[in-house]
Amino acid sequence: MSTTETSASGVGPVEGASLYSVDNPAPVIEPPRKRTKKTPKSTRGNFELAAWLFMRLSGVVLVVLVIGHLLIQLVLDGGVSKIGFAFVAGRWASPFWQVWDLAMLWLAMLHGANGLRTVINDYAERPNTRLWLKGLLYTATVFTILLGTLVIFTFDPNIR
Amino acid sequence: MPAGTLYRGREGMWSWVAHRVTGVLIFFFLFVHVLDTALVRVSPQAYDDVVATYKTPIVALLEYGLVAAILFHALNGLRVIAVDFWIKGARYQKQMLWTVVAVWIVLMLGAIYPVLGHAARELFGS
Ligand code: HEM
Ligand code: HEM
Repeated sequence: MSTTETSASGVGPVEGASLYSVDNPAPVIEPPRKRTKKTPKSTRGNFELAAWLFMRLSGVVLVVLVIGHLLIQLVLDGGVSKIGFAFVAGRWASPFWQVWDLAMLWLAMLHGANGLRTVINDYAERPNTRLWLKGLLYTATVFTILLGTLVIFTFDPNIR
Repeated sequence: MPAGTLYRGREGMWSWVAHRVTGVLIFFFLFVHVLDTALVRVSPQAYDDVVATYKTPIVALLEYGLVAAILFHALNGLRVIAVDFWIKGARYQKQMLWTVVAVWIVLMLGAIYPVLGHAARELFGS
């Protein structure tokens, strides 16, 4: 068995003595995540951070909006039994409740959709499944937000 | 998802599972709810017909379940926010979870009469 050539390791035959010197520099190993000309200025986008923060901020506001809504619809003034077209007409006659419902619609839909995005990312492993599930989710979300907004703004108490 | 695992977490894992399940359920409810509310643009008749189903005893039970889901998700959501933003949040996460469960039970007991009362009157007579 011949003596093992250790020149590639950088540690010389005499322990501790470097093989490299100013005249014989070590080979440059490119760092795996080195920035190149094509790398964007910041490789760390802030979308996930913004989404994380949005879940918490919208959550705090939704506590008030949704629990208030449930109290009005299910508990106060006779509970569900009172709900009907006339009841809704009375509520949406006030800009206050229009704005309340509008904020609740947007915040709850965006909060829920972003939450579902996380759930899809967690469980759908095949890229194609993810693509389709997210496409379906975003379509349903945009549709629901637009429909709900339209309904609040175009509500007509005198419809037939 | 990996098929079958022996890993069983503690309270923290189960509260996370419950938070996720309730969140998804509420989202699906909201989707249907915006559709049924949109019937006010069709006709008062159409809206009142659909809302009538909301007043039946079986749906009253579903409403009680919805209230349970929302209250848990809301209370536990506040706990998650406290764990993230309060310096001592992580240290007290377990105590906060049991507080969430206690408040949830009290609120659910309080909701029985308002949410289910009309169904009981319908089933068992005035
Ligand atoms: C079973 C329980 C519920 C009942 C009986 C109920 C009832 C109603 C009624 C009568 C309206 C018409 C407008 C108004 O009166 O404000 C409405 C609108 C609305 N509700 Fe609920 N609600 C319930 C649960 C929820 C929950 C849990 C959420 C949120 C997660 C929610 C979100 C909304 C939104 C966003 C609107 C506006 C819809 C639109 O823009 O067309 N509701 N609800
Ligand atoms: C009532 C007030 C609410 C509060 C305080 C709240 C709070 C939160 C928080 C803090 C998270 C993030 C959890 C994490 O990052 O681990 C979250 C996740 C989520 N929320 Fe809410 N939320 C509320 C209402 C809603 C509503 C109305 C919906 C449905 C439309 C919803 C659906 C979801 C979903 C699907 C997730 C993702 C769950 C997961 O990733 O495991 N939440 N919520």
